[in-house]
Amino acid sequence: MNPIVPMIASTVVAATPLIYAALGETVVERSGVLNLGIEGMMLIGAVTGFATTYATGSAALGFLAAACAAVALSLLFGFLTLNLQTNQVATGLALTLFGIGLSAFVGYNYAGLPVNRLTPITIPGLTAIPVVGDLLFHYDIMVYLSIALFVGVQWFLTKSRTGLTLRAIGESPSVAHSIGKSVLKTRYLAVMFGGAMAGIAGAYLSLVQTPMWVEGMSAGKGWIALALVVFGTWKPTRIVVGAYLFGGVTQFQLFAQGFGLPIPTEFLSMLPYAATIIVLVIICRDPKTILLNQPASLGRSFHSAA
Amino acid sequence: MDQSGFANLKPRLVLTGITKRYPSVVANDDVSLSIRPGEIHAVLGENGAGKSTLMKMIYGVTKPDAGTIMWNDQYETIAAPAQARRMGIGMVFQHFSLFETLTVWENIALALDEPVPTAKLAPRITEVSEKYGLPVDPYRLVHSMSVGERQRVEIVRCLLQEPKLLIMDEPTSVLTPQAVLTLFKTLRRLAAEGCSILYISHKLDEIRALCDTATVLRGGRVSGTAIPRNETNEGLARMMIGGELAECRLTPREAKEERLKVERLSLASPDPFGTSLKEIDLTVRSGEILGIAGVSGNGQKELMTALSGERLSPASMIKLLGQPAGNFNPAQRRALGLTFVPEERLGRGAVPPMSLTQNALLTGARKGMVQRGIIHPSVMKAFSKNVIERFKVKCGGDQSVASSLSGGNLQKFIVGRETMLQPKMMIVAQPTWGVDVGAAQLIRQALIDLRDQGVAILVISEELDELFAISDRLAVIADGRVSPSVKPAETSIEQIGTWMSGKFGDRADDRAASANAHLETANAQA
Repeated sequence: MNPIVPMIASTVVAATPLIYAALGETVVERSGVLNLGIEGMMLIGAVTGFATTYATGSAALGFLAAACAAVALSLLFGFLTLNLQTNQVATGLALTLFGIGLSAFVGYNYAGLPVNRLTPITIPGLTAIPVVGDLLFHYDIMVYLSIALFVGVQWFLTKSRTGLTLRAIGESPSVAHSIGKSVLKTRYLAVMFGGAMAGIAGAYLSLVQTPMWVEGMSAGKGWIALALVVFGTWKPTRIVVGAYLFGGVTQFQLFAQGFGLPIPTEFLSMLPYAATIIVLVIICRDPKTILLNQPASLGRSFHSAA
Repeated sequence: MDQSGFANLKPRLVLTGITKRYPSVVANDDVSLSIRPGEIHAVLGENGAGKSTLMKMIYGVTKPDAGTIMWNDQYETIAAPAQARRMGIGMVFQHFSLFETLTVWENIALALDEPVPTAKLAPRITEVSEKYGLPVDPYRLVHSMSVGERQRVEIVRCLLQEPKLLIMDEPTSVLTPQAVLTLFKTLRRLAAEGCSILYISHKLDEIRALCDTATVLRGGRVSGTAIPRNETNEGLARMMIGGELAECRLTPREAKEERLKVERLSLASPDPFGTSLKEIDLTVRSGEILGIAGVSGNGQKELMTALSGERLSPASMIKLLGQPAGNFNPAQRRALGLTFVPEERLGRGAVPPMSLTQNALLTGARKGMVQRGIIHPSVMKAFSKNVIERFKVKCGGDQSVASSLSGGNLQKFIVGRETMLQPKMMIVAQPTWGVDVGAAQLIRQALIDLRDQGVAILVISEELDELFAISDRLAVIADGRVSPSVKPAETSIEQIGTWMSGKFGDRADDRAASANAHLETANAQA
């Protein structure tokens, strides 16, 4: 069989968690908050999702629980950075370390257990079409939802009034405050949304990609998602393209290893990360691209004087 | 509308006994004021007199500790700006509340309390802006607009809500003289339609030209009320500062050798919202003050960083005391005898959490404070005490941290520090911005004294009156280009205003021609 079709199909699956995590973080950063805790929230989502599905047998409940657990973690981040105005970078890093440790602790007894994988849905008539059916209509529900999420986030940021408020707060919280917008409320909601998406991204790893729990299984995907947000210059379309690109390179190197190309496997495993770095460097070659698109208040605490 | 037009109307807003205390200061003490429909009422006072605090209470940003606000004969507690807007109060802030990366209509949509569909909003913006002679394009991005245009956006934003009372906080500090006249026309037209206007300013000429009535604040209390057009500047100033205003005197003096020569300086700005410098030529000689006027955001900041050495340029573009110095960093330039006072006090002029003495050490290390790498605390302390005393810096002593001082006091300290380093060449940006009238006079006099001792001084300022008072020569910066320089006596506010909008010859031969023209007029007058 032609290897292109399964390669593309697995690219989509590889890219999906990145899309969730990166789009969530986009909304967070557009509100001016930098949450470096994605990796930690993903791991918490992965272990919670796995444990819930293992106990109940329901993948839907697993995803829901994963989102809730990660939101709880993001609320902790929100309380520290928004109410107590701690440094966002340091707090985000702490959140990641905390998430790695806590997920390993909670997941200790779940390692190696089997769980029912979330299966691809079949659409009568469409899935059966050769090639096209495999390429477009043979994914699990979360893949389709990730595309809906992309459309939704894009619409929210560019067309909705609330999205406009969110962007404005990311540009200048003090100005937004002076015209009567609630900076704290908007930022909290954004941080919670980012948390929920990171949790879902984590659960996708443990319920779909490798349906089992392995300690530290996110393997840097949270960081890749963060890089994608910058590389996509905070624009959902570019971020999604970037996610598929990264997913594509990941799958390419797996297939390349499978075909036994005379390239050391260590080099091939490095490829997706190297590709990310190279693309980032190319994008950042002109500092104005970043400066013009970066939310002006990103990473800065806001304290209202009144 | 003239005085008689609204004299019989009931007041629209009455403030009685408004008091607001902050932990260290009483910002407003028993302030009363009333304004009728169609009245343009000035609130006059020095920086720190409590004008802005009073306006913030009317606009619902902060709440008074005591006193009442009566709006259309009803007592009101204004809890939030949104409530003030619903009541029909609009405010144009001194520091604009606009989002730079958003378009005009997005900025306006954000501030409206009820969502308006884009398709309807843009035509309404155009309609209102044309009606009041305030042309703005709804689809332009704010960062690409000049300060004057941004102010128009702010005003249009207020007007869309059909305010009954419009508060303007120091609206002309960022405008060219011509733009000020246009603004006055708009305000008079609004007043004629019955809108009340509270006009906050410390510029006496403007208040006398525009306002029907005035309340003068001093130290948080009402020190008088007046009908400005029946008063003289001196009379208003006396109410404002409670004493006579000293005049600066600039005795004519022969300028000597060139201390700073800038030739065809061009530098692209690293900031996407910044201004690039374009072929700047200027010369400052020993014993003269060159003033550079201009509306903020026209390259002043960039010129300052290029001259101070924060950004480097090809060596030959900047000559300091005859030496090519374009590629020198700030420390090397200081070693040559340059000192400078940046516009940004906290963060550039001083390190906020460090004490005044430590801040003195930062630029004064060469003046005996450090020997063989060892700091001499006594020299350092004596120096900063000297500065505090000579420039009457109000502070808790030489150990108080820089960020605890008010803007004006810190400025006095920084200017004092830089002048007492016995510079050969000094560059000062916005010397009296945010400084009260008395202190401003002190700073100006200090600059003039230095000039009389033969120091070459370059002053970048937005205050035209100030530049006319202390400059031997005057030039204008507009869109990153610097105009030829003229003597203040040989030009007029109008001409400088035209230059400020960028209309002057920019080629070297134009400059030579205008320089010749000035020589001829000077000769003819002699």
